[in-house]
Amino acid sequence: MTPDFRLFPESASTFADRVDHLYAFLVIVAVFFTALIASLIIYFSIKYRRRVHHEHVQITGNYWLEATWAIIPLMLTMVMFVWGAKIFLEMRSMPANPLNIRVVGKQWMWKIQHPLGRAEINELHVPMDQPVQLNMISQDVIHSFYIPAFRVKQDVLPGYYSSLWFQATKPGRYHLFCAEYCGTNHSQMLGTVVVTTPEEYSSWLANTSGESSEVAGARLFERFRCDNCHKTDGLGDGPSLTGLVGSRVPLAGGGAVIANDQYLRDSILNPAKQVVASYEPIMPSYQGQLNEADVQQLIAYIETLKPGNAPRPESAAPSE
Amino acid sequence: MSRNYLNADYNVWSWLFTTDHKRVAILYLLSVTFYFFIGGAAAVLFRLELMTPQGDLVLPETYNRLFTLHGIVMIFFFLIPAVPSVLGNFLLPLMIGARDVAFPRLNLASWYVFTLGGLFTIAAILAGGVDTGWTFYTPYSSAYGNSNVILAAAGVFIVGFSSILTSLNFLVTIHTMRAPGLTWFRLPLFVWSNYATSIIVLLGTPVLTITLVLIALERLLKFPIFDPALGGDPLLFQHLFWFYSHPAVYIMVLPSMGVVSEIVTCFSRKQIFGYRVIAFASLAIAFLGFLVWGHHMFVSGQSLYAGFVFSFLSMLVAIPSAVKVFNWTATLYRGSVEWSTPMLYALGFIGLFTMGGLTGLILATLAVDVHVHDTYFVVAHFHYIMVGGAVMGYLGGIHFWWPKITGRMYPTSWGNFAAILIFVGFNLTFFPQFLLGYLGMPRRYHAYPPEWQVLNVMSSAGASILGIGYLLPLGYLLWSLRYGAAAGNNPWHATGLEWTTQSPPITHNFEQTPIVTSEPYDYQPADKPAPKKVVVELERTVT
Repeated sequence: MTPDFRLFPESASTFADRVDHLYAFLVIVAVFFTALIASLIIYFSIKYRRRVHHEHVQITGNYWLEATWAIIPLMLTMVMFVWGAKIFLEMRSMPANPLNIRVVGKQWMWKIQHPLGRAEINELHVPMDQPVQLNMISQDVIHSFYIPAFRVKQDVLPGYYSSLWFQATKPGRYHLFCAEYCGTNHSQMLGTVVVTTPEEYSSWLANTSGESSEVAGARLFERFRCDNCHKTDGLGDGPSLTGLVGSRVPLAGGGAVIANDQYLRDSILNPAKQVVASYEPIMPSYQGQLNEADVQQLIAYIETLKPGNAPRPESAAPSE
Repeated sequence: MSRNYLNADYNVWSWLFTTDHKRVAILYLLSVTFYFFIGGAAAVLFRLELMTPQGDLVLPETYNRLFTLHGIVMIFFFLIPAVPSVLGNFLLPLMIGARDVAFPRLNLASWYVFTLGGLFTIAAILAGGVDTGWTFYTPYSSAYGNSNVILAAAGVFIVGFSSILTSLNFLVTIHTMRAPGLTWFRLPLFVWSNYATSIIVLLGTPVLTITLVLIALERLLKFPIFDPALGGDPLLFQHLFWFYSHPAVYIMVLPSMGVVSEIVTCFSRKQIFGYRVIAFASLAIAFLGFLVWGHHMFVSGQSLYAGFVFSFLSMLVAIPSAVKVFNWTATLYRGSVEWSTPMLYALGFIGLFTMGGLTGLILATLAVDVHVHDTYFVVAHFHYIMVGGAVMGYLGGIHFWWPKITGRMYPTSWGNFAAILIFVGFNLTFFPQFLLGYLGMPRRYHAYPPEWQVLNVMSSAGASILGIGYLLPLGYLLWSLRYGAAAGNNPWHATGLEWTTQSPPITHNFEQTPIVTSEPYDYQPADKPAPKKVVVELERTVT
């Protein structure tokens, strides 16, 4: 027998036990009805087997009985639906102040970018007892980010951000899988989730020589001369980006959007899609010049551009 | 031996140009049996690979091509056509007292279309295979995969038309060619379930056909539809694909449900419990089946509210299915039950389908699906429906009507042994996969963590038993063609018009058009002779 043989997965997030309880209820229902049907079939076909029971009795149906065995399953399934939907709603409602980690999936690896600079591949370090939100996008085909021990899974799409959150409850190392078939080495698109105490996570995070997303984004901002048009005073050919994130952006041709990650990404890679009101659609697309990780760094930098506080790194300060 | 459809003519052209629905059924029988063993061989290979956690038997490319081949061949070339095109083609006209289907030449054409689609698929395999999975998810299939996507998609595209032709034929035949007295509520439930299936095929298949064309347009001409790099939407593909492919599950299992209704009544000598409820349940499943496709997409990025709606509707599909299971079980009550080979398959179907349905509820429950989606739990679930359900029903039907189709009886002890072996092998193969799925093993994995080896070895061991189980009927059914005892017109003493004609039937099915005067499944006690339900007093006799 191999080591670690088990019939039930480890439970290491706040969702895990709740999903397991619901699953236990579903399994009990399934076992009950399977046993009921199986024993009725076996009982009837022995008791009324032809050798001892020639005189079959014609019974053409009974609407009351049939209504009963339609309504009881209906009520049970409604319990399943409501219970499942309740937990699902919480899984899909992002927490208030999470630790934000950015993820890029590509054939066949996971690139993880922590705040404050530390990046890793096919490993995800997270602190326990703290909500963690992953903002994810794919560089190529559809992948799916799956941590069985946490009972969470979310497809990672090309072109669209998706997110996932969890709160780990137990230190340890857990499997990370790609659950959506993505080509030749799909089964090698693996990783390990390392759950540690918050203190260990902080010291792990500090132990890096890499630059933070914001700094890397600022360098990109400068390298591509974004500030040529996007001047801070709003007098450039493009709108100012200060205070943009989370604000309401009026669009040319009417309507408005909230400036979220998706909007920023689309505006960088496909600027003609949504043009800000009173500006000309002159921005070129940066598709092909920036990969998804670059775009995430740029977004991280743009998020720091807030009126009043000017946390711009020196290197990226535009010459005004 | 008297003249019948088999010995009416012997030369090969009389088969290749036949318009006799029974001969077309035989052509389909040969074809789907061929594809079943091709698809099965692929399964044997990847179950061998999965005996060890390392990917050490075949390359990952090969593994991906094997499971894709298994899926495409089994679904489009075996499961979807098996019961309708083999048993349906053979039995539908017989059951309704007709000489043939409404469009006999179209019926033959459907087999040629099927064969053409098969040739494309075989060409794709011989050219090196295809690695997209049977689901052809974009943008992998339309932009990234390097295998023979176009050839394989062309095969599936073409074979869809053969299902459409067969369904159209069935609908028109059932509407217009029923014998005098055969009202809608006197139809055998096998006819009802094929009727419901035909509606699904006609409404659903064109959507898959169009979707495959869109993949080809994007792959060949960079037509922007699904690939976000071109401005497309990758989820659009999943919506279109599952709009067909979820109802396709019911295309596969509804006809087998019809088979089970025929067998259970015959071998318990009972009228079906709740005839109308079962007939309407088939239609309800056909209708609701079109409204649940989004339950394949709970974690795809589909909206939260779509998740709620599709979960709720998926729960509702369970109701007509549950009613059917209870009604079949109730049919046994106070019957006179015979444990014949077809009955073993039918009872096996009820048990395995029940497990497949109940685990389907587990998958329809949103929060649990987040965990088990795209794991072996899903693989186990749909094999309980498609193999435990659809294939058991098909084999039950083959064993039930084999004496009618060939005029010969097979050795029943071998038949019973094979049925039990298949049941045991099936459960050993697929039950461990439920456990693997909840443990978190993703599907379509060529290699896996070592702690899951025990369950995988159990599954592979089961697959070898299942494989032997499937080879046995091939052997003794072929044996029976030459050495089997003559079956007689009605070896099971069953009701139904197909049993009133000779075995094998004559080319035009009936000497005289039958008139139906009684309800279906009008089984009488053994000591009382069956009432003369077929009156052969009609002037319009058939040559």
